[in-house]
Amino acid sequence: MINLKINNIPVQAEEGTTILEAARSAGIRIPTLCYLKEINAIGACRICVVEVKGARSLVASCVYPVSEGMEVFTNTEKVQNSRKMTLELILSDHNKDCLSCIRNNKCELQKLSGEYDCKSSKFIGATNNHLPDNSTDYLIRDNSKCILCRRCVAACTKRQEVSVIGANDRGFDTHIGSAFDMELKNVPCVACGQCITVCPTGALTEKDETYKVERAIADGTKHVVVGVAPSVRVGLGEEFGYSIGSNVEGEMITALRMLGFDMVFDVNFTADLTIMEEGHEFLDRLNNGGKLPMITSCSPGWVKYIEHYYPQYLDHLSSCKSPMSMYGAVSKTYYAEKFGLDPKSIYTVAVMPCTAKKFERTRTELSGGGLPDIDAVLTVRELARLIKRKGIMLNNLAKGEFDAPMGIASSAGLIFGATGGVMEAALRTLAEVVDKKELEHLDFNEVRGVKGIKEATYNLGGTDVKVAVASGLNNAKVLMEKIKNGEADYHFIEIMCCPGGCVNGGGMPVQSADVLNNMDIRAERAKAIYSADSQTKIRKSHENPAIKEIYKEYFEKPNSHKAHNILHTTYTKREKYTK
Amino acid sequence: MYRANILVCCGAECTANNAIQVYNTFEEQIKAYKLEKDVKVLKTSECLELCGNNEGVVVIVYPEGAYYVGVKPEDAKEIVSQHIIKGKIVKRLLKKEKEEAEVKSIEETNFFKKQKRVALKNSGLIDPENIDEYIARDGYQALGKVLTEMKPQDVIDLIKESGLRGRGGGGFPTGLKWEFAKKSQSDKKYVCCNADEGDPGAFMDRSVLEGDPHVLLEAMTIAAYSIGSDQGYIYVRAEYPVAVKRLNIAIEQSRKYGLLGKNILNTGFNFDIDIRLGAGAFVCGEETALMTSIEGKRGEPRPRPPFPAVKGLFGKPTILNNVETYANIPPIILFGAKWFSSMGTEKSKGTKVFALGGKIKNTGLVEIPMGTTLKDVIYDIGGGIPDGKKFKAAQTGGPSGGCIPASLIDIKIDYDNLVSIGSMMGSGGLIVMDEDNCMVDIAKFFLEFTVDESCGKCTPCRIGNKRMYEILDKITKGKAKMEDLDKLEELALYIKENSLCGLGQTAPNPILSTLRYFKDEYIAHIKEKRCPAGVCKQLLRYTILEDKCIGCTRCARNCPTNAISGEVKKPHFIDQEKCIKCGVCMKECKFQAIERK
Amino acid sequence: MITLKELSEIKERFIENGKKEQKINIVVGLATCGIAAGAKAVYNRLNEEVKARNLKNVDVKIAGCIGMCRLEPLVEVYVPGESKVTYVNVTEDNAAKIVNDHIVNGNIVTEMLVEKD
Repeated sequence: MINLKINNIPVQAEEGTTILEAARSAGIRIPTLCYLKEINAIGACRICVVEVKGARSLVASCVYPVSEGMEVFTNTEKVQNSRKMTLELILSDHNKDCLSCIRNNKCELQKLSGEYDCKSSKFIGATNNHLPDNSTDYLIRDNSKCILCRRCVAACTKRQEVSVIGANDRGFDTHIGSAFDMELKNVPCVACGQCITVCPTGALTEKDETYKVERAIADGTKHVVVGVAPSVRVGLGEEFGYSIGSNVEGEMITALRMLGFDMVFDVNFTADLTIMEEGHEFLDRLNNGGKLPMITSCSPGWVKYIEHYYPQYLDHLSSCKSPMSMYGAVSKTYYAEKFGLDPKSIYTVAVMPCTAKKFERTRTELSGGGLPDIDAVLTVRELARLIKRKGIMLNNLAKGEFDAPMGIASSAGLIFGATGGVMEAALRTLAEVVDKKELEHLDFNEVRGVKGIKEATYNLGGTDVKVAVASGLNNAKVLMEKIKNGEADYHFIEIMCCPGGCVNGGGMPVQSADVLNNMDIRAERAKAIYSADSQTKIRKSHENPAIKEIYKEYFEKPNSHKAHNILHTTYTKREKYTK
Repeated sequence: MYRANILVCCGAECTANNAIQVYNTFEEQIKAYKLEKDVKVLKTSECLELCGNNEGVVVIVYPEGAYYVGVKPEDAKEIVSQHIIKGKIVKRLLKKEKEEAEVKSIEETNFFKKQKRVALKNSGLIDPENIDEYIARDGYQALGKVLTEMKPQDVIDLIKESGLRGRGGGGFPTGLKWEFAKKSQSDKKYVCCNADEGDPGAFMDRSVLEGDPHVLLEAMTIAAYSIGSDQGYIYVRAEYPVAVKRLNIAIEQSRKYGLLGKNILNTGFNFDIDIRLGAGAFVCGEETALMTSIEGKRGEPRPRPPFPAVKGLFGKPTILNNVETYANIPPIILFGAKWFSSMGTEKSKGTKVFALGGKIKNTGLVEIPMGTTLKDVIYDIGGGIPDGKKFKAAQTGGPSGGCIPASLIDIKIDYDNLVSIGSMMGSGGLIVMDEDNCMVDIAKFFLEFTVDESCGKCTPCRIGNKRMYEILDKITKGKAKMEDLDKLEELALYIKENSLCGLGQTAPNPILSTLRYFKDEYIAHIKEKRCPAGVCKQLLRYTILEDKCIGCTRCARNCPTNAISGEVKKPHFIDQEKCIKCGVCMKECKFQAIERK
Repeated sequence: MITLKELSEIKERFIENGKKEQKINIVVGLATCGIAAGAKAVYNRLNEEVKARNLKNVDVKIAGCIGMCRLEPLVEVYVPGESKVTYVNVTEDNAAKIVNDHIVNGNIVTEMLVEKD
């Protein structure tokens, strides 16, 4: 242990601890902008500077390790003036259109500028008049609001190892972009949106579809249905002041109804359907010499990733559409038929913890009869904006319930939201289908938790089935390299694009670095999901009565010809760079 | 085609001196040797007119062009037997010029006499593309000595004892740096050379690379032995193609002799060197940025600690020295620490190479013992200021350094003295300024460079320097207020304290040092809207002197903005609002009637 | 791979050869500063001159920066047994004069020497 003094308070810290961390343990907060625990410690923004006795200049506490006998001062006049000056310099080249900014009141720069009483007009000079990159269907980069903290670059490069963005040009002209300033649509971005969730300002946002949805609802000729992904209910509350990990499913349903949706469905229902289809597809591959390991296809960021980076292994992907697209496809077929609706009049909205779903929506193969499976995708943040704009007080609402039949779901569908959830849900069904007897323990703890790669072996009807679960593309890459090198002896792999799974998706509410650096929000949100799962009566997809009904009335059996037409899809090799 | 031609002058004077006889003797001799087919003897009817003062018969032998005078028939025999047959020119008969030169070689000039060449000892003397020439001048002897007679720690102790400090900027003790790297435990260590010389006007390292590349390879191998490394990198800017070519040749030759590679000099020691080309970013001279660049990433500095000696290139212990530092290593090994530390001052040992530039007669490279006064460098070695102008200041350390005013010309140049007056040694650029230089303009020049070269990673350097530049620009245009000066100073101190790397931390130095010594010039720009040196164009004022103007209208006709008006044969005047200070009127006026102030 | 002993032999052989051959060396400063001032053309011209005059005991060689960049291109002449001579501001045109006057006829071209400072 190392002994030091911070603001004259004796502190003990492990060797290698930074001043920033040591200070926090002593109850002293040092402001940060570029620092993000475990992924970005580059000492670039200089907000976290502190005085160290004997040092030649101020030091960046986020990267400076403690040493024996060190004396640190975090709040001297000099330090405060420096931080203020740094903020004022940033403000001098910042688009200060705060009132209409998507991050107004949530912006880390705005918050610190307030704390340090900054004058936004102290330095007036040239500004970088960057134009936004609007090229994709899922994300907008507005560099006029970028403060070059590079947290997005770290998320893309270190966490996802996709590395499609970095710093371009230099000096005052430095800006974040893709190689040669190519538009985002022309580079192998997987649309995961992890960059958005780490951005301290409004420089990165999803492409807004709220107005489109409002117009559809207002259009009397349209029958507008909404489906909600598992993770949405454990994230939405954060936008309304609930603590992280609050489940607001009931209030959310009521709010959706108040927004004017004709039907409020649960994507957990089609998650159950996915388990039926994917489970049987797996058994078929296992028993009939199909391509193994089979890899899940629910996560659109992951699917886009394998199409760009490992296209030679596309036949490992399950042919199942994602639960979202199944929800869209079933809405415009089974549901339309059952209730005598014209599929053309049905408008399908999905609320997702995800920005890649906005990309998935545009895939032409995810359609039927010339109609796209999904018409609009809202992230959790967009849904929150819509609810607020319509004057709906989520916190004060009575709990509602989903509409039948596509609102009836088992909790196996719910756990899709956390990494390992799809695997666990599949195992619950596979074990009973294969062994033809009821499972004693439904919790497959080996595949739970935020660890990047998890492995386990289960016996299914006398066969040892080895499974692996990965979340975060850096971990997905490890497994893909294993497959490439012939070292993967797995049968079944679940891969989620975002670290921790959908609960940490790029469409979830944004938490500031102050929160991210001190709490694992992935674990908190996942906890809410598993807690709901443990309290639910029906916890297996194949026991969902609505699922039984849909097979009886419509699809006949899993992987039937009809099921293949409506619930399964194909994949395409994608070039890395175009034009 | 004849192998040789013998021209015998048969002009009037030569004929009078028996030229015909000389000619005949040549003919006979050629015949006697049976060389008629190879050698042609020619008689010139015209006087060759080269002899001038009747020195006897003039004979010229080609192809050499040997010019013989006073040739007698018996001399003709010797010319044939010696020159034609043996190829030996008969020196005795050559025409002697009377003039005896006072200074024959460059070493005899004052420019050279006050220098002491250690790092540059071979530059300009040996063929850099021939390893044997380097070896002939004791090349690789130091390496031989190190590998066979010394332990790694002995080498480090010797370098420490010599007092050698880094020649690239900060002046960190070289031996200490090596010792840190030696003490770091690792499976892999690297030895790097910073040959990314980027200061404007500095080319010391280029000179060594182009003139003596093997010294660098030898020194890096010695360094590798002392810290326990087997791989080196030379990071050299791509804008130095000659240096890169010669380095490549040198590495190739060294490998061939086994002076690089496996089992060097049969001692079991392995070390090899690769070249990495820099794309011209100034910041890549900063050690961590250089290493990041070698790793194939965008050249940006990393926070320190960890220091490169602990965690450097590819995360392994690394030492980085610049070219000039390395060039001092073999001499120290061969001649000893005492020899080296006998040169210089108490805390700055040895010599330092400077690139002299600016308003000085002898621009070029000079190597002087530490402790030489600035005055000696400028006047004795540099030959003083041209055109009888007055010395105003010297700038050392490039964009990271500062200005030394004329009042401090007696300063002894060493690391600590320069820092104490707000400048720094830097890599060795020394730019001399005279009374015609505006110090605000100079500060602006250097800052413009830094603004261009900032990597853009940290806020103070990226935005702060730009804002300082904008204030300086306002000052030079007469648009600044006194509070801008306070803001400038505040920014300068802030950037120094808060920047991530050395580039940003030292960027304000040119401003701080000119503010320290030439604040009155800043104030003149701001308060009086006047540039005392007459450099800042926007503050200049052209006026027509009424008593000198004869009204020829030439200025008015040539003014591009029609700012001059007046009647013919009457004094003209300039409308200051319209004047763009281009100076055309002044150039065109034949009566010196236009004044610039 | 050479040994330390062989290294010394290379050195001795080189020096020995120099003494034996007694060649005149014309050295052109061919660093970037010299090249920028036209030293390459000077170097080529000197080579042509030596070849045309069939001067077998003369080598034209290159070296790095000789030092006084202001006076580039610099050419230094080493005649065995005589002191070194430095020529400054050498051009393609006057390079031949060095060969003709100095190398062949033994007369230093005084107007091309460095001025006394």
